[in-house]
Amino acid sequence: MDKGKTDHIVSAYDQELAELSSMILRMGGLAEAQLASAIKAITTRDGELAERVVAADAKVDALEAEVDEHATRMLALRQPMAVDLRAIVAGLKLSADLERIADYAKNIAKRSLALNQNPTLPAVHAVPRIGGLAQRMISDVLDAYARRDVPMAIEVWHRDEDVDQLYNSLFRELLTYMMEDARTITSGTHLMFVAKNIERVGDLATNMAETIYFLIEGKTLEERRPKGDDTSSYAGPDQG
Amino acid sequence: MNAPAPVMAAPKMAARNVDVFYGDKQALFDVELDIPTNRVTALIGPSGCGKSTFLRCLNRMNDVVDICRVRGSITLDGEDIYASSLDVVQLRARVGMVFQKPNPFPKSIYDNVAYGPRIHGLAGDKQTLDGIVEDSLQKAGLWEEAKDRLAQPGTGLSGGQQQRLCIARANPVNPEVVLMDEPCSALDPIATARIEELIDELSANYTIVIVTHSMQQAARVSNYTAFFHLGKLVERDETATIFTSPSDQRTQDYITGRFG
Repeated sequence: MDKGKTDHIVSAYDQELAELSSMILRMGGLAEAQLASAIKAITTRDGELAERVVAADAKVDALEAEVDEHATRMLALRQPMAVDLRAIVAGLKLSADLERIADYAKNIAKRSLALNQNPTLPAVHAVPRIGGLAQRMISDVLDAYARRDVPMAIEVWHRDEDVDQLYNSLFRELLTYMMEDARTITSGTHLMFVAKNIERVGDLATNMAETIYFLIEGKTLEERRPKGDDTSSYAGPDQG
Repeated sequence: MNAPAPVMAAPKMAARNVDVFYGDKQALFDVELDIPTNRVTALIGPSGCGKSTFLRCLNRMNDVVDICRVRGSITLDGEDIYASSLDVVQLRARVGMVFQKPNPFPKSIYDNVAYGPRIHGLAGDKQTLDGIVEDSLQKAGLWEEAKDRLAQPGTGLSGGQQQRLCIARANPVNPEVVLMDEPCSALDPIATARIEELIDELSANYTIVIVTHSMQQAARVSNYTAFFHLGKLVERDETATIFTSPSDQRTQDYITGRFG
């Protein structure tokens, strides 16, 4: 279906919908920056930066509350139908996903503070790689939202598999370090959670891509969800 | 209202290739629409789109308009309602109508409801007739309000009560289909809610077709919604689908308030 570009007879309605989109984009930009800073705090061992990320999470939470209020108000006053209804419901879902993403960024920043107490593990080198992938997923899925771009949303949706694969290899690598040297277990465990958080960010970006697809097309994305994370059934390296 | 399971049974009424003309002006173009049994079908669309014209075709109310011509086929239980052998009075007993403005007869509440059974010879004695009147008023949700004033004129009731009286009046002749042409447009929200509740209850036994200008009302009361535009049936689907993701751009523009 076409994108319903024609304006509403009541122009204030259009302004409210535009305001909803711009709130989501602001929130998305903030969540993406939070994740980037959290990852940088890990690689540069920058405690101050980590503290700033933890403190800035409140801004994302406040934006989410604003989106909730704005969307609820529109539901009550405009009684939206069809694409407008989908835009508002999608707005609520996207803001919830972005809020979770920012939470994960905050958690990563907190763990960086713990990691700074111990020597750097070589596996840290993989964090910016997997983190960068997740961060680009967020930024591209927000572009797909801003431009109402279905092919781009689907493309981002497929990319989750790459994040999952990097996570799998990092999981195995960390396990190997920890088995070889018990002194690395504290840092290794924190890094494991960092990697898991980033992998979850990828899942949430995938959710967002599905929401955007539904918003534009009016139906759910029917393909099978890409699933590359197999660590939940991992039983450890062969003991031979 | 939840979307019902898809209807597999034969439709109660079916329109095929229906064209309607008022003089030289064509009001409906090639309409094809099934009206499923014991379901509520809402007809929506901007003023002049042909939805009321279509509704009036379903019990041949258009016959009384001299310049009106209807072409194509409309069936009730598979029988052509425009066949020359068909008794129009019988048809209108089977396909009843409730109008936009409540129009009770200038008679008592009792006589308004008793009128149909009397002329159709449905009640032998006073006791049977009393029973029919009470039962009809009960079904229309008006009994409690009207039982102590049955002898008073129907026109003395409030607008919402009058509209329910008109629905009660249609009850005793046991219509199979009830057509409603904007039954709530003259009513306040509470009276509207009572009529909507009534529509919901009636749909267990009757097939209902309702024309409404209120999209929210169509969304609340109907199982299926048909959108008319410029004399054409644009789209017909389950109501939930029409209001969340319609497939035609014109439907979307209309229900989201973008027309014009």
